[in-house]
Amino acid sequence: MFSALRQRRSFAHGIHPPQAKDDTRDLPIKQFPFAPVMIVPLQQHIGKPAVAVVREGQEVERGELIAEPDGFMSVAMHAPASGLIQRLALAPAINGRMAPAIYLKPFPGSSQEVSDGAPCDLASASAEEILLAIQRAGIVGLGGAAFPTHVKLKVPVDKHIDTLIINGVECEPYLTTDHRVMLEQQPDIFTGIRYLLKVTGAGRAIIGVEANKLDVAAALRAALPADLPVAVEVLAVKYPQGAEKMLIRALLGREVPSGGLPSDVAVVTVNVATTAEIGRLLPHGRGIQERVITIGGPAIRKKGNYRIPIGTPLRFALEYAGMEPNLSRVFLGGPMMGQALPSLDIPITKGTSGFIAFTERQTAAPVEYPCIHCAYCVDACPLFLNPSQLGLLARVGEVERMADEYNLLDCFECGSCSYVCPAHIPLVQRFRAAKGLVRKRRAAP
Amino acid sequence: MVVLTAVVAIGALTFLLASLLILANRKLYVAEDLRIDVVEEMLPHANCGACGYPGCRPFAEALVSGVVAPGKCSVSNDPGREAIADYLGIAVGAQARIVARLACAGGSNVARNRARYRGEPSCLAAAQVAGGGKGCYWGCLGYGDCERACDFDAIDMNSHALPVVDSAKCTGCGDCVDICPKDLFSLHPEDHRLWIACKNLEQGDAVLAACEVACTACERCVVDAPAGLISMRDNLPVIDYSRPHGTRVPIERCPTGAIVWIDDEAGALRGAASRKILRQGALPEAPS
Repeated sequence: MFSALRQRRSFAHGIHPPQAKDDTRDLPIKQFPFAPVMIVPLQQHIGKPAVAVVREGQEVERGELIAEPDGFMSVAMHAPASGLIQRLALAPAINGRMAPAIYLKPFPGSSQEVSDGAPCDLASASAEEILLAIQRAGIVGLGGAAFPTHVKLKVPVDKHIDTLIINGVECEPYLTTDHRVMLEQQPDIFTGIRYLLKVTGAGRAIIGVEANKLDVAAALRAALPADLPVAVEVLAVKYPQGAEKMLIRALLGREVPSGGLPSDVAVVTVNVATTAEIGRLLPHGRGIQERVITIGGPAIRKKGNYRIPIGTPLRFALEYAGMEPNLSRVFLGGPMMGQALPSLDIPITKGTSGFIAFTERQTAAPVEYPCIHCAYCVDACPLFLNPSQLGLLARVGEVERMADEYNLLDCFECGSCSYVCPAHIPLVQRFRAAKGLVRKRRAAP
Repeated sequence: MVVLTAVVAIGALTFLLASLLILANRKLYVAEDLRIDVVEEMLPHANCGACGYPGCRPFAEALVSGVVAPGKCSVSNDPGREAIADYLGIAVGAQARIVARLACAGGSNVARNRARYRGEPSCLAAAQVAGGGKGCYWGCLGYGDCERACDFDAIDMNSHALPVVDSAKCTGCGDCVDICPKDLFSLHPEDHRLWIACKNLEQGDAVLAACEVACTACERCVVDAPAGLISMRDNLPVIDYSRPHGTRVPIERCPTGAIVWIDDEAGALRGAASRKILRQGALPEAPS
């Protein structure tokens, strides 16, 4: 009876932004229609762009391979709809560059059935074969980073993995895709976990969810297959718990070293939606053609969770979901780490976990005041950096000192410092700019 | 007695440590060419790095050791360079004046914005937000990071939020090349006057929707130029500066004025056939 009073586990530092998940958390996933023209960028992941294997004027079937991976740090692309390849041309990407993409015009009357490819059998496939199947299925981290999953799962030979963490935290406000996936796709998740356990050689898996998803925890525990070494852990609600370093800290108390990877502490973390996709696609030998996203925010009429074809232009998605007339800003991803968009011609990619729209009133920029050294940001930073000092250095352009003496490159831009700053100093924005400059300088000969 | 012991003990210690210091000074002395100090004094103390050395002191060391000529210093003036050459008894050396050139002409009067950026007024920060609000993905964002980065006051943002390089003041130190998030600056010998002021990789009308002075990849300059001087790569003309390039012919028929002739007095000159743009105010935002 006192279990509710027990303090739930979490990591140190962090913040508590409003959850804002009530609007969409109880809405079942709905299928999104096909746009008149889809834009499939060849680079939707971190690494090398895929190489197109279709030509202009070619007809493709839904789920057909349209781009091959180019080397290990790359994944395949599949046609999101049966249709005609209109052209191979540049399309705007979320990083602000124009990048090569495949323009696909879906056939209006097609049944849009997906045929099976070469399945990857769980019982007979080796770890290497499963990794290859994951790469061929075009699977990347669906939480938002879009890091190729097979690269993440490739455990270095000198490392040993004891725990597989399935990340169902979803700490970004507004987003409820993982929430719905965990309620609606439990068999896929468990199948995915079987594949992942086999690949990593881990002895057990932990599904981490936050206390705002108690319904999920209960449902998962009830459906847990008896032969699977999986535990469901409920953590305190705190941002940015969904970051893998924070999650490992919260669940196991282990700290990933600076510049290191989870495999350094014998852990691999995989997003729960990614796990579900592995479990859904691999037994059929299919590739990713769609993903679940949340469309939300005060300026959206039909808020909800949608299974949306990859390559749907944002403009079409916004028009379908309906927008308020005074819509002023659209963010790709959540409000904390999401990107404000300069153009609606950007397509939904594998890394898009949702988009949210706000009106002018909600996004008014506050006035910046000088730093008063209150250290709220120091207490908020989940990586124990010193955002206050970094901010002062950023003001005077000392980016080298930021990187060398204050570990700027460890910052993963969660935005907790900007969120708590009472002087409204755009700290994380400055860190992002400084990181961009440091990376450019280090890349230069 | 106690006082005497203390004085003697400290005195002995002082004597011992002083002898150690003297010994160390003799043993570990590094003979340095005294001319380095003199030459460093003659250099402009800008520490800009344009010569390729980390600062004026390392450059002075290189000068004295004879691996480089005073002409390499682009900040110093002619009498200054000659004074160094005279002092060291070496030749002044070739002075290839290097200046920064901007590969964009899309000021606010000719290039549209797609969106209003309201964050930190800095190009670096704006470029991190999906590339900034500029209609052209390659174009100058116009928040003046280069103007602030320039130690020599050689870059001025004009009334259309486009940086203008003053060739006379520019030393070619490369600070603007380093800071520009769109990589629009590059260092060129001053005699590279034929210049492509555009980086847009698209072609045709798609380009013009975002910017009126962008290169549409019509290839007229390629046809008009002496054979081999200009070639097309990724929808942009590329000038082969290893060939004779002192001709204004290629700029004349350019419809947008994306290829220009850079004149020291008059600035960037466009061809006779390029569209005349009299607009002074900013273009309205592109409908989105």
